[in-house]
Amino acid sequence: MADPTADDPIPDFGLDYAPAPESTTVVSLADEYGLFIGGEFVEPRSGRTFDTINPATEERLATVAEGGAEDVDRAVAAAGTAFEEHWRDTPGTVRARYLYRIARQLQERSREFAVLETMDGGKPIRESRDVDLPLVAAHFFHHAGWADKLEHAFPNRDVAPHGVVGQIVPWNFPLLMAAWKLAPALACGNTVVLKPAETTPLTALLLAEVLRDVDLPPGVVNIVTGAGETGAALVGHPDVDKLAFTGSTGVGKQIQRSAAVRRLPLTLELGGKAANVVFEDAAIDQAIESVINGIYFNQGHVCCAGSRLLVQESIAEDFVERLEQRMARLRVGDPLDKNTDVGAINSAEQLARITALVESGVEEGAVLHQAPCDLPDRGFWFAPSVFTGVQQSHRIAREEIFGPVLAVQTFRTPEEAVEKANNSPYGLSAGIWTEKGSKILWMAERLRAGVIWANTFNKFDAASPFGGYKESGFGREGGLQGLGAYVRDAGGHD
Amino acid sequence: MAEHLPVDKTFKLFIGGAFPRSESGHTFQVRSDDGRLLANAAKASRKDLREAVRAARSAQAGWAGRTAYNRGQVLYRVAEMLDARRDEFVAVLRDGGRSAESARNEVEQAVDRWVWYAGWADKVHQVLGTVNPVAGPFFNFTYPEPTGVVVQAVPDDPPLLGLASRLAPAIVTGNTSVVLAGEAATLVAMSLAEVLATSDVPGGVVNILTGDQIGLLPWALGHLDVNAVDLSGAPADLPDEALADAAENVKRLVHGDATAASPSVIAQFLEMKTVWHPIGR
Amino acid sequence: MNTPVYAPIRTTSVDQVGLEARAAELGGRSIKTSSKRAALHLAIRCIDLTTLEGADTPGKVASLCRKAMRPDATNPAIPHVAAVCVYPEMVTHATAAVAGTGVAVASVAGAFPSGLSDIDVRTDDIRSAVADGADEIDIVLNRSAFLSGDLSRVHDEVAASKEACGDAHLKVILETGELGGYEPVRRASMLAMAAGADFIKTSTGKIPKAATPAMALCMAEAIREYAHQTGRAVGFKAAGGIRTAKQAWHYLVLMGETLGPEWLTPERFRLGASSLLNDILLQLGKLDSGRYGGPDYVTVD
Repeated sequence: MADPTADDPIPDFGLDYAPAPESTTVVSLADEYGLFIGGEFVEPRSGRTFDTINPATEERLATVAEGGAEDVDRAVAAAGTAFEEHWRDTPGTVRARYLYRIARQLQERSREFAVLETMDGGKPIRESRDVDLPLVAAHFFHHAGWADKLEHAFPNRDVAPHGVVGQIVPWNFPLLMAAWKLAPALACGNTVVLKPAETTPLTALLLAEVLRDVDLPPGVVNIVTGAGETGAALVGHPDVDKLAFTGSTGVGKQIQRSAAVRRLPLTLELGGKAANVVFEDAAIDQAIESVINGIYFNQGHVCCAGSRLLVQESIAEDFVERLEQRMARLRVGDPLDKNTDVGAINSAEQLARITALVESGVEEGAVLHQAPCDLPDRGFWFAPSVFTGVQQSHRIAREEIFGPVLAVQTFRTPEEAVEKANNSPYGLSAGIWTEKGSKILWMAERLRAGVIWANTFNKFDAASPFGGYKESGFGREGGLQGLGAYVRDAGGHD
Repeated sequence: MAEHLPVDKTFKLFIGGAFPRSESGHTFQVRSDDGRLLANAAKASRKDLREAVRAARSAQAGWAGRTAYNRGQVLYRVAEMLDARRDEFVAVLRDGGRSAESARNEVEQAVDRWVWYAGWADKVHQVLGTVNPVAGPFFNFTYPEPTGVVVQAVPDDPPLLGLASRLAPAIVTGNTSVVLAGEAATLVAMSLAEVLATSDVPGGVVNILTGDQIGLLPWALGHLDVNAVDLSGAPADLPDEALADAAENVKRLVHGDATAASPSVIAQFLEMKTVWHPIGR
Repeated sequence: MNTPVYAPIRTTSVDQVGLEARAAELGGRSIKTSSKRAALHLAIRCIDLTTLEGADTPGKVASLCRKAMRPDATNPAIPHVAAVCVYPEMVTHATAAVAGTGVAVASVAGAFPSGLSDIDVRTDDIRSAVADGADEIDIVLNRSAFLSGDLSRVHDEVAASKEACGDAHLKVILETGELGGYEPVRRASMLAMAAGADFIKTSTGKIPKAATPAMALCMAEAIREYAHQTGRAVGFKAAGGIRTAKQAWHYLVLMGETLGPEWLTPERFRLGASSLLNDILLQLGKLDSGRYGGPDYVTVD
C-alpha cells in the first residue's frame, strides 16, 4: 500500500489487525513421546502409539504413546512404591517446597507452555497466555501453601492421604485441569497417575520435564497418555485409592458405577448447561460483554459456559440486537494470532457433535443467527452462533453443546428465571446480571448451581471452590473445600 | 600478590525502601564477641521513628490493596533472597558468638518460617473469616482486614528467627511495619533489610530502626498514627506510663515470642469486619 | 437503573470491573505493521495541538501553529493536525497564523478550567472567542452544579453555551477525574449530549486525574447509546496525559471497536495533546529507518 500523504482523504484505517502471530520458536517439540513412569520416559508395553494434531491446521505435532493395561499397572505400581517408600512420610514443608518450585518454573516457562497449549488444543494464544498459564502457576503456588498447614485446613481431624490417586483430565483446559488435580493431591501427600485427554497430551508431557527439573522424587507423579481404554484401565485398577475425573457426564456416570461398587472415594466434574440471567436493571454494556465471554471464551469448550441466555422480556429484543452487533466483532481464526478471539474447535469429532446439535435446533424450529466470518479451509471451525425462538424442550436448550452456540430464552419475573434456570439435570454454574444487591443474593440462594457469578462470568481462582450440583458432578476443586477430597481420616479404613 | 583490604559496609537505617543515616547523626558500636569492630550502626532517634511511621502509613493502603496472592508471592521472594544469602547470615550470627551449626539451623528455620507465613496470605481469610447464619433475610459475612501500621519491638534472641517470626505474620495480610531491633540483633536486622530491598517489597512496607529499642518504645506507644504495637521483644522494664499511653488512641497491644508459628499470630494484627445485606427481590 | 436523566434520554448503570477489563483487553490488540503508518497519520490528523498556560505569548502560539501546520518541516508527507487549542486571548494570533491551512482554531472558553463564574460571563466569553475567529469552543461542564444534583441547570448552561457558539462546534469537558466514577460520567455524557454538545471530552488536563482508556470506553458507550436513541452522532475527545503513540493506538482501537470505523475521523475523534505529536513522529521515524529515535531528533516547537 502506498504511503499516505498529507492531502489524502482520511485513511481507511478500518482497524486492520493481525496477523500478529506468537512465535512458536519458544517450543521445541520432540517427534515422539513415551509414558512418564517412575520419573522417566519409557516405551509403552502396549506397543501402540497415536498422533496428536494441531486442530487449527490439522498438522501432526507429535506421536505419543497409548498406555495399555500393563502400562497403567506399571504406573500405579510406581505411584504405590513412591507413596510407601517416601512420599507418605515426606513432611508437609518439603512437599510445599516441591510445589513452590513447580509454580515458579511454570511462571518462568509460561510463554512456552502457552504456545504449546494453543498448538495442541486450538484455544487462542491470548487465553492460554493470559488466563490458563497464570491460573496454572497460581494453583500450584496456592496449594504449596496448604501442604504444610493441613492441621489448620482440617482442625480437630487426624487426616492422612489416600495413597495413589488416579486422575483423568479433559481437553478443554489441558494443563489447567492437570494443575487442578495434581496440586491438591500432592499437597495432601498422595501420589498420582494422571491420564491426559487423547487430543491434548503435550502440555502434560512438557510438565513431566518440569517435575524432573524440580527433582520431584520418581513415581510421585506418573503420566500415562492414551484414550478411553487407558482411562478405563486406570479407573478399574484395584490399587488406586481414589479417583478424580473431569469430562463428560456420560463417562462420569460410567466411572461412578465402577467406583461405587468398590466404595472408592470419587470426585466428578462433569458437564453443564448454565443459565446466564440478565435482568432489565443490569449494567447493559458490561452484561453484553459478559454474555459474549460466557459462551464464546475458549470456543464454548467450557463445562461452566453460559450457554443459555435468560434475558428479561422487557429488554430482550434490544439486548439480542446489541448481542448480535457485538458478535459481529469477534475474530475467529488462527489461534496463534494474538488478535484472535475465538480459536479452533478441538477435534473433528467435537465439530461433528456441535454441527449435529445446531442442525437439530434449526429442525426443531429455533432461529439461527451466525456471526459473519471467513473460516480457514484447513482445521476445525465453527462460527459463533446464537439461537432465538428457543423452547425449554428444544435439544439446544437441554443438551450440552460444548461449542460457540448460545440459546436465548426470556423470562418475566425472578421466580420464572429461577424456575427456567433450574429446569435442567445439570447444575454447574449460573450467571446473574442486575445492579440490585439483594436480588443477586435472592437469586443465588435459589439457583441450584455450584458456582454463581454475579455481574461477571468465567472467573476462576485457586482459592475459590469450583464444582457442580446434580449431574454436573460432586466434589469441589480449589479453596479450602477442594482440599478435603484428597485426605481421609487417619485410622479409618485403608 | 596485592593485599586486598575489604570494603567495609556501613550500616544505616531502613526507611521507605531507602537506607538513610539517623537524623541525629548518632551511632553505636557493634563488636564481635572477640572484640572486633563490626559496625558503627545508626542509633535511631524519635524523629527517625516519626519518619518511619510516615513511610509505613504511606505504603499501607497500596500494600493492603494488592491481591493476597501477590503478597504471598512477594513474601515468597523474600524467602528466595534470604535462602540465597544463607552464608552471609550464618557469618553474621557467628560474629555474634554462635556456633556454625546453631547458626545454620537458625537460618534454615527462619527461611522455613518465612515461607510458611507467605503461604498464609491467601488462606487466612478462609480460616478466620466466616459466613454467619443470622436470624433474618440477610447475607452476613465476616472477614479479616489488616489493622494498619504496626510498630514491632521484636525479640533479639534468636535474632533472625525472632525477627522473621514476628515480621512475616504482621505484613502478610497487608499491614506495614516499623521494626525496633534490639541491639543484639542489629546486624541481622539490617542484613534482612537488604534482602527486603531486593525482593519487590514496596518501600515503606517494612522499616527497620536500630539502636535504643527501649528509648524509642515510649514514643511509639504514644504515637497517634500507629494502630498496634508488638511488644514480644520489649524489655521487661518498660515503664508502665509508656504502656498506659497506648490507650490514648486505643492501640492494639500485642504480645508473643520468637517460637510460636500459628494463624493466631497473624490474627493478632487483624481487624474483623462484618457486613450485612438483605436477600430479596 | 433506567432513570430519566433529562428529557427522555435514558441512562444505564456501569459495572466498573467489567468496563475496566474490556478497556484493558482492547489495549492488547496488535495493529498490522502496514497499518501502523496509516494509524499514525490518522492520529496526527486527529490531534488538537494544545497550549493552555498562563505564560503563553503570541510568540509561543505562533510557534505552536507552525508545528501544527507542518509537524515535520523536512517531510511534507506528514499531515497537519486537526486544530490548535488556545486560551481566548490568543485566538486572534492563532487564526492569523493558520489561516487557509485547514487547521482549525479551538478555544477554551467560559471560566476554564473551573467553570465557576456566572453563566452570562461564560457565554460572553464564548461569543467573544467566536467573534475573534474560533472554529471550535471547548467548555467545561459545571461540576459544582452536577455534583450537587442540579442537573437541569447543568443541561441549560450547556444549551446556552451551544447557542452562544453560533456556527462554531461545541466540545463539553466533563472533567471525569472529578465526577467520582463511571456512572456519573455516563450520566454527565448523556446530559451534555442531550443539551447539544458536538463533542464530549474527558479532561481539562489541569488536574492530575486525566483521560484513561476505561473512561474513554465509558464515554464511547454513552455516545453509542445516545446515537442509538436519537440518531445523532456526537464526537469524542480524549485529553490529559496522552503522551505516546501507543496510547493513541489504544484510543483508536477503543473507538473503532465500540463505535465503528465511522468515528475514526477528525470529525468525530480528537486527541488533545502537546507532546504526543513528537512521539508519533519518532514512531514514524522508526517505521522508516528501523531504528529507535530520541528527543534530539524531533523539534521542540
